Amino acid sequence: MSNFSGKDLICVRGERTVFTGLNFTLEAGGALVLIGPNASGKSSLLRLMAGLLKAASGSLSWDVEEISEDPEAHGGRLHYVGHHDAVKPVLNVSENVSFWASLMSGGADVGDATAAALSAFGIGHLADVPGRFLSAGQKRRVNLARILAAPAPLWLLDEPTTALDKEAITALEATIERHRAGGGMVVISTHSDMQLADYQVLDLTDFASPQPELERAS
Amino acid sequence: MNGFMSILKRDLHLAMRQGMDNMMVVMFFVLAVVLFPFGVGPEPNILARIAAGVIWVAALLASMLSLERLFQTDFEDGSLELLSLTPIALEVVVLAKITAHWLTTGLPLIVAAPVLAVLLNMSTEGFPILIVALILGTPSLSLIGAVGAALILGSRRGGVLLALLILPLYIPVLIFGVSAVDAVIGGFEAKAQLLILGAFLMAALPLCPWAAAAGLRQAIE
Repeated sequence: MSNFSGKDLICVRGERTVFTGLNFTLEAGGALVLIGPNASGKSSLLRLMAGLLKAASGSLSWDVEEISEDPEAHGGRLHYVGHHDAVKPVLNVSENVSFWASLMSGGADVGDATAAALSAFGIGHLADVPGRFLSAGQKRRVNLARILAAPAPLWLLDEPTTALDKEAITALEATIERHRAGGGMVVISTHSDMQLADYQVLDLTDFASPQPELERAS
Repeated sequence: MNGFMSILKRDLHLAMRQGMDNMMVVMFFVLAVVLFPFGVGPEPNILARIAAGVIWVAALLASMLSLERLFQTDFEDGSLELLSLTPIALEVVVLAKITAHWLTTGLPLIVAAPVLAVLLNMSTEGFPILIVALILGTPSLSLIGAVGAALILGSRRGGVLLALLILPLYIPVLIFGVSAVDAVIGGFEAKAQLLILGAFLMAALPLCPWAAAAGLRQAIE
């Protein structure tokens, strides 16, 4: 079984050290919930895990292989949900989802997977609606349907519950549990409580770098 | 290859649905060229003399006009991040987007060019070579422009900056594109100029997607 781990990660944004000395290990079927106040580095850590950001020091590895050695292979095994929903206004819902699904699955036929993913998030009836007519919550559901339409072992979800109603959050929780039952991993940052079975919690405030007050005094 | 085709298809699809954007580039090209007879007067000899240069300069400006949007919309709605996280190399993604850009803007310019050449009283021997030179030259424009478009992501007033960055780089293409047409009209061979235009394209084809992809990675961070 695969595992995903990070060792001694340091993240620097601009002049500010966001976190230092961060370690984590995620086994197949595991879930890691990131908590911490605003600007504590939850999003930065997720972007780092995705390979969108480079760590100032430290290493990320999948099994024993370093991620920086083959970023494309890493891209192929993860789904990232960020702050933007990447929904094209002129494409309809099903075109939006199937484009990403076909990219991830190397051009295979993704029609059925797309339809199944849409109905899992209760937007099956919107399949032919162009993206520009969707509400914020519906766009978020389209974005989540995207990750369900093509399989990938690692899900990195940055506050996925934003703009979602209770019913959609329940659907998301069920989807995550199903993903984990199939050996998938989830890293999720959230401010609202999500009902997940035995998960690890990573509090980013534990890794905040000490404020440089001494320097200022001298 | 599959990934290249899916991205190409999607970008063409997007361009079709937003048809006006590409029409505007061609309209700009036509209007810019049509302004010249008004500016320099309707003297046929003068127009014939400057025809190739005017068409090439207008084509440069028109192709630049649409470049700003090449990565901008994908950058703003988060698609670019996701594209960089697919199993497909970002260089291939960039090349697919450039190809789509050329098909939707470069190709219509090439189609419109002979009509404008008639309007400017260009001598008819120059027509075939004008088209060949544009076919070799405009893909280089899209390729070079993509590097600039990647570098200006996230900056305000990007359009002006883009012009400052890439117009100087367009000059070699302009010089040899115009001189190919002038040579044929003057009764010489244009093989050397076409070979040089081809060489630009061959050099830009591997280098520019690589440079643009590096620029995009920087922008995403």
